[in-house]
Amino acid sequence: MAEQKPAVVRIQNATLSYGETTLWTDLNIEVKPNEFIAVIGSNGSGKTSLLRAILGQEPLTTGQITVVGKPAGQANHRIGYIPQHRSTDTDVPLRARDLLRLGYDGHRWGLPLPTRKMRARVNHVLDCISGHELADKPVGTLSGGQLQRFRVGQAVIGSPDLILADEPLSALDLHQQQAVANLIDEERREHQAAVLFVTHDVNPILGMVDRVLYLANGRFRIGTPDEVLRSDVLSELYGTAVDVVRNQGRIVVVGVQDHHHHPDEEWV
Amino acid sequence: MIFNFNDYADLLPLITNSLIAGALLALVGGLMGVFVNTRDMSFAVHGISELSFAGASFALLAGTDVVLGSIAGSLVAAGLIGVLGARARERNSIVAVLMPAGLGLGILAISLYRGTALNKFGLLTGQIVSVDVPQLAWLAGISIFILAVLALIWRPLAFASLDPEVATARGVPTRLLSFVFMLLLGLAVAASVQVVGALLVLSLLVTPAAAALRVTKVPALMALLSVVFALTSVLGGILLAVGAGLPISPYVTSVSFLIYVVCRLIERIRK
Repeated sequence: MAEQKPAVVRIQNATLSYGETTLWTDLNIEVKPNEFIAVIGSNGSGKTSLLRAILGQEPLTTGQITVVGKPAGQANHRIGYIPQHRSTDTDVPLRARDLLRLGYDGHRWGLPLPTRKMRARVNHVLDCISGHELADKPVGTLSGGQLQRFRVGQAVIGSPDLILADEPLSALDLHQQQAVANLIDEERREHQAAVLFVTHDVNPILGMVDRVLYLANGRFRIGTPDEVLRSDVLSELYGTAVDVVRNQGRIVVVGVQDHHHHPDEEWV
Repeated sequence: MIFNFNDYADLLPLITNSLIAGALLALVGGLMGVFVNTRDMSFAVHGISELSFAGASFALLAGTDVVLGSIAGSLVAAGLIGVLGARARERNSIVAVLMPAGLGLGILAISLYRGTALNKFGLLTGQIVSVDVPQLAWLAGISIFILAVLALIWRPLAFASLDPEVATARGVPTRLLSFVFMLLLGLAVAASVQVVGALLVLSLLVTPAAAALRVTKVPALMALLSVVFALTSVLGGILLAVGAGLPISPYVTSVSFLIYVVCRLIERIRK
């Protein structure tokens, strides 16, 4: 039945360019509820710009984007956003539970008076992310993995239709990456939310991804991981010989020039 | 003599206006301070207060309302800092440029002014002991306006200040809030200049909240402590100053500083 549901995100003929540089052209995607899409591509391929365009923060050169039927930027309260991990200032007057609360009603006007409904919702999310023990710690004292768990909680606390995640696993160790990725997967299933997950490493989420959107050279490919993450498809997309190597359940793309990564730090 | 509490009971009725004004400004300063600290704007407060001083000095020279002049100076500074200094680093250099310019202009105006010396120094170091009724009406009006707007925007402003990236993604109008906050800050500084003087505004708008942040990271408790610290500093400072017959600002700043030191010690002991 999932196919009959209206799209959460509809991107039609979208092009984004800055002067001479074209990030992507003629992008057409429909993201269905509960669908998990990985957005991958090298640095500068416009992954984050795509998220910004969906949030209505980046005007398209041509084309249009709608989110739950409304033009981009007009339904952002229906979107849960998980940012990249950044170590926060220890002086921020915010406990982990307050971070969740900001995601629940931080966008509303008025004073943050406590309500029973809000408390119940925060407690429910604390159950989901196993966060009760950390709830009263200042966010500045949380480890990277702990903070990202609360970021996931913050994104889902308002039961969003769409979760946008911008490199949420970077700066985490492998164990934490898997834990946070699994949490995102569980939460999107519980809330029937669609996920657009920007990452430079698809491996931690390979088991949960429905489709992959691969951006490169101003062009794109979209399909299941098996359809897109292939040597012939990526070679055509990059216009140069690229090898997709599968090794012990991991996928590595070899042969792509990426000035922002060390050659030994292979990705995808 | 620094303290003289003979005839103290006779003096109290004379400073009722000052105490009311001080309490209002402490409430405003304590609450605004929460955001001044979390938005990293302490230095901007100092810059705004110097232009507020310039505005007030020119008003004194021109014989117009000093409070109006002080508000005009404040708002010009807040506007410039808001428009030109979106990022923290840019903001710091703009403040550093505005500050001496404002102070210089203010001193020029004061030098040309031929009135009483009390008024001149008052703008720099405070003059609350002589708050009159029209002045109190101004302060009350400004304070109530700031508190009302702050109550309306508190939640999204906190979101935008503490977690700007996610707040922007969630559709919080961060730029609008930033603009409104600068406007409120300009008004709060202009009001505080009347009491503690341009040089010491930081002790009302920064120190109490900074002290609170040393002892708690719970948002509501921090706001509450900040207000309590500001009230203690201002009211305590006024009551001590009355006994001494000296300007109130040294007393306000000393109490405020003492609270900060104690809070730091508490933080140190806890660790």
